Amino acid sequence: MATYSTNEFKSGLKIMLDGDPFQILENEFVKPGKGQAFNRVKVRNLKTGRTVERTFKSGDSVEAADVIDTEMTYLYSDGEYWHFMDPNSFEQIAADAAAMGDAHKWLREQDTVEMTLYNGEPLTVTPPNFADLRIVETDPGIRGDTAQGGTKPAKLETGAVAKVPLFVEEGEVIRVDTRKGEYVSRVKE
Amino acid sequence: MTDLDDSGTWGAVAGTDILRLRARMRSRIRAFFDASDVLEVDTPALSAAAPTEPRVEPVRARVLGETRFLQTSPEFPMKRLLAAGIGDCWQLARVYRDGERGRWHQPEFDLLEWYRLGFGHHDLMEEVEAVVAATLAPERPVPRAEYITYSQAFRRYAGVEPLSADMEEVRAAADENALSPVPGLDDDDREGWLDHLLTSLVAPRFAPDRLTFLYDWPASQAALARIDVDDPRVAARFEAFWGELELANGFHELADAGEQRARFEAENRTRRAEGGAAVPLDERLLAALEAGLPDCAGVALGFDRLVMLAAGTDTIDAVLPFPVERA
Repeated sequence: MATYSTNEFKSGLKIMLDGDPFQILENEFVKPGKGQAFNRVKVRNLKTGRTVERTFKSGDSVEAADVIDTEMTYLYSDGEYWHFMDPNSFEQIAADAAAMGDAHKWLREQDTVEMTLYNGEPLTVTPPNFADLRIVETDPGIRGDTAQGGTKPAKLETGAVAKVPLFVEEGEVIRVDTRKGEYVSRVKE
Repeated sequence: MTDLDDSGTWGAVAGTDILRLRARMRSRIRAFFDASDVLEVDTPALSAAAPTEPRVEPVRARVLGETRFLQTSPEFPMKRLLAAGIGDCWQLARVYRDGERGRWHQPEFDLLEWYRLGFGHHDLMEEVEAVVAATLAPERPVPRAEYITYSQAFRRYAGVEPLSADMEEVRAAADENALSPVPGLDDDDREGWLDHLLTSLVAPRFAPDRLTFLYDWPASQAALARIDVDDPRVAARFEAFWGELELANGFHELADAGEQRARFEAENRTRRAEGGAAVPLDERLLAALEAGLPDCAGVALGFDRLVMLAAGTDTIDAVLPFPVERA
Protein backbone atom coordinates (compact mmCIF):
# COMPACT_ATOMS: atom_id res chain seq x y z
CA MET A 1 0.00 0.00 0.00
CA ALA A 2 1.52 3.28 -1.08
CA THR A 3 1.55 6.10 1.48
CA TYR A 4 2.50 9.76 1.52
CA SER A 5 4.21 11.52 4.43
CA THR A 6 2.89 14.98 5.29
CA ASN A 7 6.28 16.24 4.06
CA GLU A 8 5.17 15.26 0.57
CA PHE A 9 1.83 17.06 0.77
CA LYS A 10 1.19 19.55 -2.01
CA SER A 11 -1.80 20.62 -4.02
CA GLY A 12 -2.92 17.98 -6.50
CA LEU A 13 -1.85 14.99 -4.37
CA LYS A 14 -4.55 12.30 -4.10
CA ILE A 15 -5.03 10.61 -0.73
CA MET A 16 -7.52 8.30 1.02
CA LEU A 17 -9.58 9.69 3.92
CA ASP A 18 -12.42 7.83 5.61
CA GLY A 19 -12.43 5.33 2.75
CA ASP A 20 -12.90 7.91 -0.01
CA PRO A 21 -10.39 9.37 -2.49
CA PHE A 22 -9.58 13.06 -1.93
CA GLN A 23 -7.43 15.58 -3.73
CA ILE A 24 -5.36 18.11 -1.77
CA LEU A 25 -6.21 21.67 -2.83
CA GLU A 26 -4.15 23.62 -0.28
CA ASN A 27 -1.51 22.58 2.24
CA GLU A 28 -0.31 24.77 5.08
CA PHE A 29 2.50 24.01 7.56
CA VAL A 30 1.61 25.24 11.06
CA LYS A 31 4.07 25.05 13.96
CA PRO A 32 4.57 26.91 17.22
CA GLY A 33 8.33 27.50 17.63
CA LYS A 34 8.71 25.01 20.45
CA GLY A 35 5.59 22.98 19.77
CA GLN A 36 4.00 20.31 17.64
CA ALA A 37 3.96 20.82 13.86
CA PHE A 38 0.75 20.30 11.90
CA ASN A 39 -0.27 20.23 8.26
CA ARG A 40 -3.58 21.98 7.74
CA VAL A 41 -5.02 20.96 4.38
CA LYS A 42 -8.05 21.76 2.30
CA VAL A 43 -9.17 18.62 0.43
CA ARG A 44 -11.87 17.79 -2.12
CA ASN A 45 -13.74 14.49 -2.07
CA LEU A 46 -13.33 13.17 -5.61
CA LYS A 47 -16.59 11.22 -5.40
CA THR A 48 -18.86 13.96 -4.10
CA GLY A 49 -16.92 17.10 -5.03
CA ARG A 50 -17.31 18.41 -1.45
CA THR A 51 -14.43 20.39 0.06
CA VAL A 52 -13.41 20.03 3.73
CA GLU A 53 -10.51 21.09 5.95
CA ARG A 54 -8.37 18.58 7.80
CA THR A 55 -5.40 18.79 10.17
CA PHE A 56 -2.61 16.21 10.31
CA LYS A 57 0.21 15.79 12.78
CA SER A 58 3.32 16.54 10.71
CA GLY A 59 5.39 13.46 10.00
CA ASP A 60 2.30 11.26 9.90
CA SER A 61 1.52 9.24 6.78
CA VAL A 62 -1.69 8.75 4.84
CA GLU A 63 -2.66 6.14 2.31
CA ALA A 64 -2.29 7.19 -1.31
CA ALA A 65 -5.47 7.04 -3.37
CA ASP A 66 -5.15 4.76 -6.38
CA VAL A 67 -6.36 7.52 -8.67
CA ILE A 68 -4.97 8.24 -12.12
CA ASP A 69 -5.96 10.65 -14.87
CA THR A 70 -5.82 9.20 -18.37
CA GLU A 71 -6.98 10.07 -21.89
CA MET A 72 -9.76 7.93 -23.35
CA THR A 73 -11.59 7.82 -26.69
CA TYR A 74 -15.38 7.87 -26.52
CA LEU A 75 -16.94 5.03 -28.53
CA TYR A 76 -20.71 4.82 -27.99
CA SER A 77 -23.50 4.67 -25.43
CA ASP A 78 -25.82 1.71 -24.97
CA GLY A 79 -28.33 3.83 -23.10
CA GLU A 80 -27.14 2.76 -19.64
CA TYR A 81 -23.34 2.92 -19.95
CA TRP A 82 -20.94 5.04 -21.96
CA HIS A 83 -18.13 3.02 -23.52
CA PHE A 84 -14.58 4.30 -23.91
CA MET A 85 -11.30 2.91 -25.25
CA ASP A 86 -7.75 3.43 -24.06
CA PRO A 87 -6.01 4.65 -27.27
CA ASN A 88 -2.75 2.98 -26.24
CA SER A 89 -3.86 -0.43 -24.99
CA PHE A 90 -7.17 -0.54 -26.94
CA GLU A 91 -8.80 -1.81 -23.74
CA GLN A 92 -12.41 -0.80 -23.35
CA ILE A 93 -14.05 0.55 -20.21
CA ALA A 94 -17.65 1.58 -19.40
CA ALA A 95 -18.65 4.60 -17.32
CA ASP A 96 -22.00 4.85 -15.53
CA ALA A 97 -24.19 7.95 -15.27
CA ALA A 98 -22.65 9.00 -11.94
CA ALA A 99 -19.15 9.07 -13.41
CA MET A 100 -20.34 10.75 -16.62
CA GLY A 101 -22.12 13.65 -14.91
CA ASP A 102 -22.85 16.23 -17.65
CA ALA A 103 -20.01 15.04 -19.88
CA HIS A 104 -22.34 13.08 -22.19
CA LYS A 105 -23.97 16.34 -23.29
CA TRP A 106 -20.86 17.36 -25.19
CA LEU A 107 -19.46 14.10 -26.55
CA ARG A 108 -19.48 12.74 -30.10
CA GLU A 109 -18.08 9.37 -31.04
CA GLN A 110 -14.28 9.38 -31.34
CA ASP A 111 -13.92 12.46 -29.09
CA THR A 112 -11.06 12.35 -26.56
CA VAL A 113 -11.87 12.84 -22.88
CA GLU A 114 -9.90 12.97 -19.65
CA MET A 115 -11.00 10.10 -17.41
CA THR A 116 -10.12 9.81 -13.73
CA LEU A 117 -9.84 6.18 -12.67
CA TYR A 118 -10.14 5.12 -9.03
CA ASN A 119 -9.06 1.52 -8.37
CA GLY A 120 -9.31 1.03 -12.13
CA GLU A 121 -12.97 2.20 -12.31
CA PRO A 122 -14.14 5.47 -13.89
CA LEU A 123 -14.63 8.13 -11.22
CA THR A 124 -15.13 11.20 -13.39
CA VAL A 125 -15.19 11.96 -17.11
CA THR A 126 -14.13 15.42 -18.26
CA PRO A 127 -14.84 16.46 -21.86
CA PRO A 128 -12.51 18.84 -23.73
CA ASN A 129 -13.01 22.43 -22.53
CA PHE A 130 -14.39 23.40 -25.95
CA ALA A 131 -16.61 21.28 -28.21
CA ASP A 132 -17.55 22.12 -31.83
CA LEU A 133 -21.10 20.85 -32.35
CA ARG A 134 -23.71 21.17 -35.11
CA ILE A 135 -27.10 22.74 -34.42
CA VAL A 136 -29.83 20.30 -35.37
CA GLU A 137 -32.83 22.37 -34.32
CA THR A 138 -33.45 26.07 -33.64
CA ASP A 139 -35.81 28.87 -34.62
CA PRO A 140 -34.98 30.63 -37.90
CA GLY A 141 -32.27 33.25 -37.64
CA ILE A 142 -32.92 36.97 -37.86
CA ARG A 143 -30.74 38.38 -40.60
CA GLY A 144 -28.58 41.39 -39.83
CA ASP A 145 -29.23 41.07 -36.12
CA THR A 146 -25.65 40.59 -34.97
CA ALA A 147 -25.44 43.38 -32.44
CA GLN A 148 -28.41 42.89 -30.18
CA GLY A 149 -28.00 40.65 -27.21
CA GLY A 150 -31.01 38.34 -27.53
CA THR A 151 -30.62 34.56 -27.37
CA LYS A 152 -32.67 31.49 -28.29
CA PRO A 153 -32.35 27.80 -27.41
CA ALA A 154 -30.60 25.55 -29.92
CA LYS A 155 -30.57 21.77 -29.87
CA LEU A 156 -27.16 20.30 -30.69
CA GLU A 157 -26.27 17.03 -32.39
CA THR A 158 -25.40 15.46 -29.04
CA GLY A 159 -28.89 16.25 -27.70
CA ALA A 160 -27.71 19.09 -25.45
CA VAL A 161 -29.49 22.44 -25.58
CA ALA A 162 -27.42 25.66 -25.50
CA LYS A 163 -28.43 29.31 -25.65
CA VAL A 164 -27.20 30.88 -28.89
CA PRO A 165 -27.45 34.38 -30.40
CA LEU A 166 -30.50 35.06 -32.58
CA PHE A 167 -28.47 35.22 -35.84
CA VAL A 168 -27.19 31.63 -35.61
CA GLU A 169 -28.86 29.21 -38.05
CA GLU A 170 -29.88 25.58 -37.92
CA GLY A 171 -27.20 23.40 -39.53
CA GLU A 172 -24.33 25.66 -38.41
CA VAL A 173 -21.49 24.42 -36.20
CA ILE A 174 -20.87 26.34 -32.96
CA ARG A 175 -18.15 26.23 -30.32
CA VAL A 176 -19.36 25.59 -26.74
CA ASP A 177 -17.45 26.03 -23.47
CA THR A 178 -18.29 22.70 -21.84
CA ARG A 179 -17.33 23.91 -18.34
CA LYS A 180 -20.17 26.44 -18.35
CA GLY A 181 -22.32 25.03 -21.13
CA GLU A 182 -22.13 28.38 -22.93
CA TYR A 183 -21.96 29.38 -26.59
CA VAL A 184 -18.57 30.85 -27.53
CA SER A 185 -18.63 31.44 -31.32
CA ARG A 186 -19.65 30.18 -34.73
CA VAL A 187 -17.20 27.79 -36.38
CA LYS A 188 -16.47 28.24 -40.08
CA GLU A 189 -16.40 24.96 -41.97
CA MET B 1 4.27 26.61 0.65
CA THR B 2 5.98 27.69 -2.53
CA ASP B 3 7.01 25.30 -5.23
CA LEU B 4 10.06 26.84 -6.81
CA ASP B 5 10.85 24.67 -9.81
CA ASP B 6 13.29 27.02 -11.43
CA SER B 7 16.81 25.60 -11.32
CA GLY B 8 17.89 28.09 -13.99
CA THR B 9 16.77 31.13 -12.01
CA TRP B 10 19.48 33.04 -10.14
CA GLY B 11 17.77 36.29 -9.14
CA ALA B 12 16.48 37.27 -5.70
CA VAL B 13 12.89 36.61 -4.60
CA ALA B 14 12.65 39.70 -2.41
CA GLY B 15 12.87 42.99 -4.28
CA THR B 16 15.67 45.48 -3.62
CA ASP B 17 13.24 47.65 -1.64
CA ILE B 18 12.59 44.83 0.83
CA LEU B 19 16.29 43.97 1.11
CA ARG B 20 16.95 47.65 1.90
CA LEU B 21 14.14 47.52 4.49
CA ARG B 22 15.82 44.48 6.12
CA ALA B 23 19.05 46.43 6.42
CA ARG B 24 17.27 49.49 7.89
CA MET B 25 15.53 47.31 10.47
CA ARG B 26 18.87 45.79 11.52
CA SER B 27 20.20 49.31 12.03
CA ARG B 28 17.20 50.25 14.16
CA ILE B 29 17.70 47.18 16.35
CA ARG B 30 21.38 48.00 16.80
CA ALA B 31 20.50 51.62 17.66
CA PHE B 32 17.94 50.44 20.23
CA PHE B 33 20.40 48.21 22.06
CA ASP B 34 23.26 50.71 21.80
CA ALA B 35 21.02 53.30 23.45
CA SER B 36 20.09 50.79 26.17
CA ASP B 37 23.72 49.85 26.81
CA VAL B 38 23.19 46.20 25.82
CA LEU B 39 26.30 44.60 24.34
CA GLU B 40 26.31 42.94 20.91
CA VAL B 41 27.99 39.50 21.10
CA ASP B 42 28.95 36.65 18.76
CA THR B 43 28.75 32.96 19.55
CA PRO B 44 29.55 29.87 17.44
CA ALA B 45 26.99 28.47 15.00
CA LEU B 46 28.55 24.99 15.29
CA SER B 47 28.29 23.18 18.59
CA ALA B 48 29.14 19.75 20.00
CA ALA B 49 25.81 19.74 21.87
CA ALA B 50 22.27 20.54 20.87
CA PRO B 51 19.03 21.46 22.59
CA THR B 52 17.11 18.35 23.59
CA GLU B 53 13.68 19.87 22.80
CA PRO B 54 11.72 17.09 21.08
CA ARG B 55 9.93 19.46 18.69
CA VAL B 56 13.06 21.24 17.43
CA GLU B 57 15.26 19.21 15.11
CA PRO B 58 18.88 20.36 14.74
CA VAL B 59 20.83 20.14 11.48
CA ARG B 60 23.89 17.90 11.81
CA ALA B 61 27.20 18.68 10.15
CA ARG B 62 30.52 16.87 9.85
CA VAL B 63 33.37 19.07 11.12
CA LEU B 64 37.01 17.97 11.62
CA GLY B 65 35.79 14.40 11.47
CA GLU B 66 33.20 14.82 14.21
CA THR B 67 29.48 15.45 14.41
CA ARG B 68 28.57 19.04 15.14
CA PHE B 69 25.15 20.67 15.40
CA LEU B 70 24.19 23.93 13.73
CA GLN B 71 22.62 26.15 16.36
CA THR B 72 18.82 26.14 16.60
CA SER B 73 19.19 29.22 18.82
CA PRO B 74 22.21 31.00 20.31
CA GLU B 75 20.77 30.71 23.84
CA PHE B 76 23.21 28.21 25.37
CA PRO B 77 26.48 29.96 24.52
CA MET B 78 24.93 33.33 25.42
CA LYS B 79 24.03 31.97 28.86
CA ARG B 80 27.63 30.83 29.26
CA LEU B 81 28.72 34.41 28.55
CA LEU B 82 26.18 35.62 31.12
CA ALA B 83 27.56 33.21 33.72
CA ALA B 84 31.03 34.51 32.85
CA GLY B 85 29.89 38.04 33.66
CA ILE B 86 29.28 39.66 30.26
CA GLY B 87 26.14 41.46 31.47
CA ASP B 88 23.19 42.51 29.28
CA CYS B 89 23.81 41.20 25.74
CA TRP B 90 22.15 40.66 22.36
CA GLN B 91 22.82 39.21 18.95
CA LEU B 92 21.09 38.70 15.63
CA ALA B 93 21.95 35.07 14.85
CA ARG B 94 21.34 32.86 11.85
CA VAL B 95 19.76 29.65 13.18
CA TYR B 96 18.87 26.32 11.58
CA ARG B 97 15.97 23.92 12.20
CA ASP B 98 15.35 20.86 10.10
CA GLY B 99 11.90 19.94 8.81
CA GLU B 100 10.40 23.42 9.05
CA ARG B 101 9.09 24.76 5.76
CA GLY B 102 5.88 26.64 5.07
CA ARG B 103 4.34 30.04 4.51
CA TRP B 104 5.95 31.32 7.75
CA HIS B 105 8.83 28.82 8.05
CA GLN B 106 12.30 28.39 6.58
CA PRO B 107 14.87 25.85 7.77
CA GLU B 108 17.29 28.77 8.28
CA PHE B 109 16.22 32.12 9.65
CA ASP B 110 17.40 35.03 11.78
CA LEU B 111 16.73 35.14 15.52
CA LEU B 112 17.14 38.30 17.53
CA GLU B 113 18.15 37.03 20.98
CA TRP B 114 18.76 39.18 24.04
CA TYR B 115 19.20 38.88 27.81
CA ARG B 116 18.57 41.39 30.58
CA LEU B 117 19.94 41.04 34.08
CA GLY B 118 17.50 41.60 36.93
CA PHE B 119 14.48 41.42 34.58
CA GLY B 120 11.51 39.11 35.17
CA HIS B 121 9.35 37.98 32.24
CA HIS B 122 6.95 40.91 32.73
CA ASP B 123 9.79 43.45 32.42
CA LEU B 124 11.02 41.72 29.30
CA MET B 125 7.57 41.64 27.65
CA GLU B 126 7.50 45.43 27.97
CA GLU B 127 10.93 45.67 26.37
CA VAL B 128 9.87 43.37 23.52
CA GLU B 129 7.00 45.76 22.89
CA ALA B 130 9.48 48.65 22.81
CA VAL B 131 11.86 46.84 20.42
CA VAL B 132 9.01 45.94 18.05
CA ALA B 133 7.73 49.52 18.15
CA ALA B 134 11.18 50.97 17.48
CA THR B 135 11.80 48.56 14.59
CA LEU B 136 8.36 48.59 13.00
CA ALA B 137 6.87 52.02 13.68
CA PRO B 138 8.34 53.80 10.63
CA GLU B 139 6.50 51.31 8.36
CA ARG B 140 3.28 50.61 10.28
CA PRO B 141 1.50 51.71 13.45
CA VAL B 142 2.22 49.69 16.58
CA PRO B 143 -0.75 50.07 18.95
CA ARG B 144 -0.42 49.14 22.63
CA ALA B 145 -0.08 45.38 23.10
CA GLU B 146 -2.65 43.03 24.63
CA TYR B 147 -1.56 40.91 27.59
CA ILE B 148 -3.35 37.65 28.42
CA THR B 149 -2.32 34.57 30.41
CA TYR B 150 -2.25 31.18 28.73
CA SER B 151 -5.00 30.07 31.09
CA GLN B 152 -7.26 33.07 30.40
CA ALA B 153 -6.78 32.73 26.63
CA PHE B 154 -7.65 29.02 26.59
CA ARG B 155 -10.69 29.53 28.80
CA ARG B 156 -11.90 32.40 26.65
CA TYR B 157 -11.24 31.01 23.16
CA ALA B 158 -11.21 27.21 23.60
CA GLY B 159 -13.49 26.83 26.63
CA VAL B 160 -11.05 24.77 28.67
CA GLU B 161 -8.81 25.42 31.70
CA PRO B 162 -5.42 24.19 30.44
CA LEU B 163 -3.76 24.10 33.86
CA SER B 164 -6.13 21.57 35.41
CA ALA B 165 -8.19 19.91 32.64
CA ASP B 166 -7.70 16.17 32.18
CA MET B 167 -7.10 14.75 28.70
CA GLU B 168 -10.77 13.98 28.15
CA GLU B 169 -11.66 17.64 28.77
CA VAL B 170 -8.83 18.85 26.51
CA ARG B 171 -10.03 16.64 23.65
CA ALA B 172 -13.65 17.60 24.31
CA ALA B 173 -12.67 21.25 23.79
CA ALA B 174 -11.57 20.35 20.25
CA ASP B 175 -14.85 18.50 19.61
CA GLU B 176 -17.03 21.27 21.01
CA ASN B 177 -15.30 23.77 18.74
CA ALA B 178 -15.92 21.51 15.70
CA LEU B 179 -12.26 20.71 15.04
CA SER B 180 -11.94 17.54 12.98
CA PRO B 181 -9.90 14.64 14.43
CA VAL B 182 -6.14 14.86 13.88
CA PRO B 183 -4.73 11.58 12.52
CA GLY B 184 -1.51 10.66 14.29
CA LEU B 185 -2.15 12.78 17.40
CA ASP B 186 -2.30 10.36 20.33
CA ASP B 187 -5.21 10.69 22.76
CA ASP B 188 -2.82 11.18 25.68
CA ASP B 189 -0.38 13.59 23.95
CA ARG B 190 -1.24 16.55 26.20
CA GLU B 191 1.31 19.00 24.79
CA GLY B 192 0.34 18.09 21.21
CA TRP B 193 -3.35 18.68 21.92
CA LEU B 194 -2.66 22.00 23.66
CA ASP B 195 -0.60 23.07 20.62
CA HIS B 196 -3.50 22.01 18.38
CA LEU B 197 -5.94 24.15 20.39
CA LEU B 198 -3.43 27.03 20.46
CA THR B 199 -2.91 27.08 16.68
CA SER B 200 -6.51 26.27 15.69
CA LEU B 201 -8.64 28.14 18.23
CA VAL B 202 -6.65 30.51 20.44
CA ALA B 203 -4.05 32.33 18.33
CA PRO B 204 -6.47 32.95 15.40
CA ARG B 205 -8.59 35.05 17.80
CA PHE B 206 -5.81 37.45 18.80
CA ALA B 207 -6.26 41.06 17.64
CA PRO B 208 -5.02 41.17 14.04
CA ASP B 209 -3.21 44.52 14.08
CA ARG B 210 -1.10 44.46 17.23
CA LEU B 211 1.05 42.45 19.60
CA THR B 212 -0.53 39.97 21.99
CA PHE B 213 1.58 38.61 24.83
CA LEU B 214 0.54 35.12 25.95
CA TYR B 215 2.22 34.53 29.31
CA ASP B 216 2.44 32.14 32.27
CA TRP B 217 2.54 28.93 30.25
CA PRO B 218 1.77 25.51 31.80
CA ALA B 219 4.71 24.12 33.76
CA SER B 220 4.71 21.12 31.38
CA GLN B 221 5.73 23.58 28.62
CA ALA B 222 8.24 25.51 30.72
CA ALA B 223 11.09 24.84 28.24
CA LEU B 224 13.93 26.91 29.79
CA ALA B 225 11.76 29.04 32.08
CA ARG B 226 11.71 28.88 35.86
CA ILE B 227 8.56 27.58 37.56
CA ASP B 228 6.45 30.19 39.37
CA VAL B 229 7.22 29.95 43.11
CA ASP B 230 3.65 30.93 44.06
CA ASP B 231 1.85 28.74 41.49
CA PRO B 232 3.83 25.64 40.48
CA ARG B 233 1.28 24.94 37.72
CA VAL B 234 2.78 27.73 35.61
CA ALA B 235 6.18 28.73 34.27
CA ALA B 236 7.59 32.24 33.81
CA ARG B 237 7.40 31.92 30.02
CA PHE B 238 5.78 34.18 27.43
CA GLU B 239 5.26 34.35 23.71
CA ALA B 240 4.54 37.39 21.56
CA PHE B 241 2.16 37.18 18.62
CA TRP B 242 1.12 39.70 15.98
CA GLY B 243 -2.36 38.51 15.09
CA GLU B 244 -1.76 34.77 14.99
CA LEU B 245 1.81 35.15 13.72
CA GLU B 246 4.17 33.92 16.44
CA LEU B 247 6.98 36.46 16.85
CA ALA B 248 8.91 35.80 20.06
CA ASN B 249 9.42 33.41 22.95
CA GLY B 250 10.89 34.48 26.28
CA PHE B 251 11.66 33.23 29.77
CA HIS B 252 12.58 34.30 33.23
CA GLU B 253 15.55 32.00 32.83
CA LEU B 254 15.92 28.77 34.76
CA ALA B 255 19.22 29.00 36.67
CA ASP B 256 19.12 25.70 38.60
CA ALA B 257 21.66 23.30 37.07
CA GLY B 258 20.08 20.21 38.63
CA GLU B 259 16.60 21.00 37.35
CA GLN B 260 18.02 21.92 33.95
CA ARG B 261 19.77 18.53 33.70
CA ALA B 262 16.57 16.72 34.73
CA ARG B 263 14.63 18.56 32.00
CA PHE B 264 17.27 17.75 29.35
CA GLU B 265 17.17 14.07 30.31
CA ALA B 266 13.36 13.96 30.29
CA GLU B 267 13.34 15.51 26.80
CA ASN B 268 15.89 13.02 25.53
CA ARG B 269 13.69 10.21 26.90
CA THR B 270 10.79 11.66 24.89
CA ARG B 271 12.99 11.80 21.79
CA ARG B 272 13.94 8.14 22.18
CA ALA B 273 10.37 7.04 23.01
CA GLU B 274 9.22 8.65 19.77
CA GLY B 275 11.82 6.72 17.83
CA GLY B 276 14.18 9.68 17.37
CA ALA B 277 17.81 10.06 18.33
CA ALA B 278 18.85 11.49 21.70
CA VAL B 279 21.23 14.45 21.40
CA PRO B 280 24.34 15.14 23.50
CA LEU B 281 23.59 17.30 26.57
CA ASP B 282 25.32 20.65 26.69
CA GLU B 283 27.62 19.90 29.64
CA ARG B 284 29.34 23.27 29.26
CA LEU B 285 26.00 25.04 29.76
CA LEU B 286 25.24 22.86 32.79
CA ALA B 287 28.70 23.66 34.23
CA ALA B 288 28.05 27.37 33.65
CA LEU B 289 24.71 27.14 35.49
CA GLU B 290 26.52 25.29 38.29
CA ALA B 291 28.99 28.19 38.48
CA GLY B 292 26.05 30.59 38.65
CA LEU B 293 23.80 32.27 36.10
CA PRO B 294 22.85 35.79 37.20
CA ASP B 295 19.10 36.35 37.64
CA CYS B 296 17.94 37.32 34.15
CA ALA B 297 15.26 37.09 31.50
CA GLY B 298 15.89 36.31 27.84
CA VAL B 299 13.91 36.28 24.62
CA ALA B 300 14.24 35.18 20.99
CA LEU B 301 12.38 37.11 18.30
CA GLY B 302 11.97 36.04 14.66
CA PHE B 303 13.55 38.85 12.66
CA ASP B 304 12.25 37.70 9.25
CA ARG B 305 8.66 37.75 10.55
CA LEU B 306 9.19 41.29 11.80
CA VAL B 307 10.31 42.22 8.29
CA MET B 308 7.17 40.51 6.92
CA LEU B 309 5.07 42.82 9.11
CA ALA B 310 7.01 45.90 8.00
CA ALA B 311 6.74 44.89 4.34
CA GLY B 312 3.04 43.99 4.64
CA THR B 313 3.49 40.50 3.22
CA ASP B 314 2.15 37.19 4.52
CA THR B 315 4.98 34.89 3.35
CA ILE B 316 8.50 34.60 4.68
CA ASP B 317 9.75 33.90 1.14
CA ALA B 318 8.84 37.44 0.13
CA VAL B 319 11.37 38.97 2.54
CA LEU B 320 14.31 36.68 1.71
CA PRO B 321 16.76 36.99 -1.15
CA PHE B 322 16.97 33.22 -1.58
CA PRO B 323 14.43 30.87 0.08
CA VAL B 324 15.69 27.35 0.70
CA GLU B 325 14.60 25.95 -2.67
CA ARG B 326 16.62 28.68 -4.38
CA ALA B 327 19.62 28.64 -2.04
